[in-house]
Amino acid sequence: MEYIFEILRYDPPQDKSPYFQEFLYSTEESKSVLEALMNIRNEQDCTLSFRYSCREAICGSCGMVINGKFDLACRTMVESLESDRIIIEPMPNLKIQKDLVVDMEPFWEALHKIEPFLHPQKEILERGHRIEEEEMEKILQYINCILCGCCYSVCPVVSRDERYLGPAALAKLYRLVKDPRDKRPFSNWSRVNTEGGAWGCDTIFKCNEVCPKDVRPADGIEALRRKLVVEKIKRILRLNK
Amino acid sequence: MIEHDILVVGGGLAGLAAALNSDPKLNVAVVSKVHPLRSHSVAAQGGINAALGNNPEGKDDSWERHALDTIKGSDYLADQKVAELMCQKAIPAIYELEYFGVPFSRFPGGVIAQRPFGGAGFPRTCYAADRTGLVILHTLFEQSVRKQVKFYNEWLVTKLVVREGKCAGVVIYDLTTGQIMPVRARAVIFATGGYGRVYLKTTNAYINHGSGIGIAYQAGVPLKDMEFVQFHPTSLYDKNILITEGARGEGGYLVNNKSKRFMEDYAPSTMELAPRDIVARAIQTEIDKGNGFENEYVQLDLRHLGEAKIKKRLPGIREICINFAGLDPIESPIPIQPAQHYSMGGIDVNLKCASIIQGFFAAGECACVSIHGANRLGGNSLLDTVVFGKIAGEEASIYVRGSGDTGLEEKILLDEALELKKRIEGWEKKDSALKIHLLLNRLKEVMSDNVGLFREKKNLEEALDKIHELKEQYHRVHLSGQCLRFSQELVNILEFESMLDLAEVIALGALNREETRGSHYRLDFKERNDKEWLKHTIVTQKDGQPLISYQEVDASKYKPKAREY
Repeated sequence: MEYIFEILRYDPPQDKSPYFQEFLYSTEESKSVLEALMNIRNEQDCTLSFRYSCREAICGSCGMVINGKFDLACRTMVESLESDRIIIEPMPNLKIQKDLVVDMEPFWEALHKIEPFLHPQKEILERGHRIEEEEMEKILQYINCILCGCCYSVCPVVSRDERYLGPAALAKLYRLVKDPRDKRPFSNWSRVNTEGGAWGCDTIFKCNEVCPKDVRPADGIEALRRKLVVEKIKRILRLNK
Repeated sequence: MIEHDILVVGGGLAGLAAALNSDPKLNVAVVSKVHPLRSHSVAAQGGINAALGNNPEGKDDSWERHALDTIKGSDYLADQKVAELMCQKAIPAIYELEYFGVPFSRFPGGVIAQRPFGGAGFPRTCYAADRTGLVILHTLFEQSVRKQVKFYNEWLVTKLVVREGKCAGVVIYDLTTGQIMPVRARAVIFATGGYGRVYLKTTNAYINHGSGIGIAYQAGVPLKDMEFVQFHPTSLYDKNILITEGARGEGGYLVNNKSKRFMEDYAPSTMELAPRDIVARAIQTEIDKGNGFENEYVQLDLRHLGEAKIKKRLPGIREICINFAGLDPIESPIPIQPAQHYSMGGIDVNLKCASIIQGFFAAGECACVSIHGANRLGGNSLLDTVVFGKIAGEEASIYVRGSGDTGLEEKILLDEALELKKRIEGWEKKDSALKIHLLLNRLKEVMSDNVGLFREKKNLEEALDKIHELKEQYHRVHLSGQCLRFSQELVNILEFESMLDLAEVIALGALNREETRGSHYRLDFKERNDKEWLKHTIVTQKDGQPLISYQEVDASKYKPKAREY
């Protein structure tokens, strides 16, 4: 099969603006978009830049927009796109560093803001926490997150409101507060009781749609909202007593 | 000039463990050629060993039994005191990970679940379904956020600078800016991982070029036991993505084209759960005998485990099969073949993770303390990273606190950086059209064809000849230049030099070792020979040439026995 890859190129500051470059790619075998990009780089233009590592959809390096769809290049098979013209763009909502490489810093900064680590009790338990599997299963969905940034870059709120933490960070926060081992106080996680936090979400669920690991981050955001409301009510009732 | 007390190179599990356990009063930083979460540790699946005794079948387990299994699994090449140290430290290490937030799978009663793994006398592999590497790496990264560890991401270390037997720092290529810079450090810890991509078929990530091991070697640090290369029995056919040993631990069968569970001919008492070297050779033997499918693979059958167990315990494997092979293991057997997976050998360090260079330490897959000997047991590599990563961090801190300033002039480091800049300009100016990816592919073919599962003199000599040819060709390689920002071509050129050295050391060690031990199988020397070969291979670079010597193995406690499974 022969394909035309239209790849967005941009090398600031030399290039004044991004542009598309066409490459011919032919293969008789089933190849991933990542394999195709590597082939194009090796055979046609060694300066083409993109990130990759594991090639098995677990490291989260190669998120990009492939024929309009946000996905990992490594797990997207070229033939599955059912088109001989394939358009490759970097993830939006993030500044392009070079070609398909984007600056993930705002994504990581948002993650850091939620204190993305377990706040356990002070003393380490000699034989570990005892938690039933059913308890862990409640957060399993969120544990699958590989922090690829697809949800962040597709999110319309992120694109218009720079305060917004984005789906991955909020889902991570929910994963942590829902963990029976996490003892962070309400004052800590209620900091997301804002428009830049849990209430910023437009609930149009683009993040759920694009997540390559089926994390469904918006489920976490909605659950976080419910938890915030419940905690607030609890507090008011306690105050009245 | 950027300066640190301790510079950790590598942001995978060993690197993060090293950084987290360095003295917080010291000025510590991690340099990584990718964002830490993109490190290959993330792809580990099946689990991490510790004799917790949580499985009802594992009540009588102990760290001593774990150590004995590790030693027997290593075909007695592991240093026994070191294996014992790791197995003893395994238990608190798991509880510490749990405390940090690792979401381990659980048994009824809420204790950490444990599954059987190859070569283990008891079910002692702790796991989080089949995404154990993912959850541990993310958890340690979270801890590094908590402790505000300083990271330099997308920096490739290209040189270890040593002066008068003392570590002075490193030279780096910053992918984000395209700049070459020296970094001064009083101690450097390498946690740079394995070299899987020296082979054509490997479970390893694309980034696993193993340049860290090569850089240490070029700086005069000896490499140990490099001929011991682990081939994982079950990688997905063609794509060679890892299919965890946990799939067999949960009860999966290996089946040939006659629908026979052929492991009964090779390891009748442990069947599919024999150690990896034995299972990998059995699979390749079946394929070579014509008992495979398309002469390329055998099948791993999970169907009898049932949908519920597959979805609960092996969801990642199912996802990989659906994504990359278009099949669902609930309904179809998985086509699998052996592929390079792990390096037992590495940078020669002692049980403090210290090398012969003062201030230079190594931990994890890039290092060889020697725990895994001639064959590593599944579930021991994650353990190795957290236990020895921690030791490296602690020992480097002790070293820095006890040593004065390096006293080295910055000029030495600046000169080294300048020299690299000149080399890069040289590659840009080369008018040959020789592209690095062609050399890379050729090297992979040479290693897969000649230094694979089965080895013999003729092939190993051929490999060395071809590696030497490639070394010649490397001088003619051309860099496209123009822009050095995010230049994967430059990364490949820089790392290829190390890959050539590693390939040479692996092939040379394999050629010299005229016996069969663990993963090193010689068709022309099919028996283990303890009298002559119960010793570590040590290779040191002298004037650009590999110099081979041998070192005693600590086999003081358990006398080597025949290895039966």
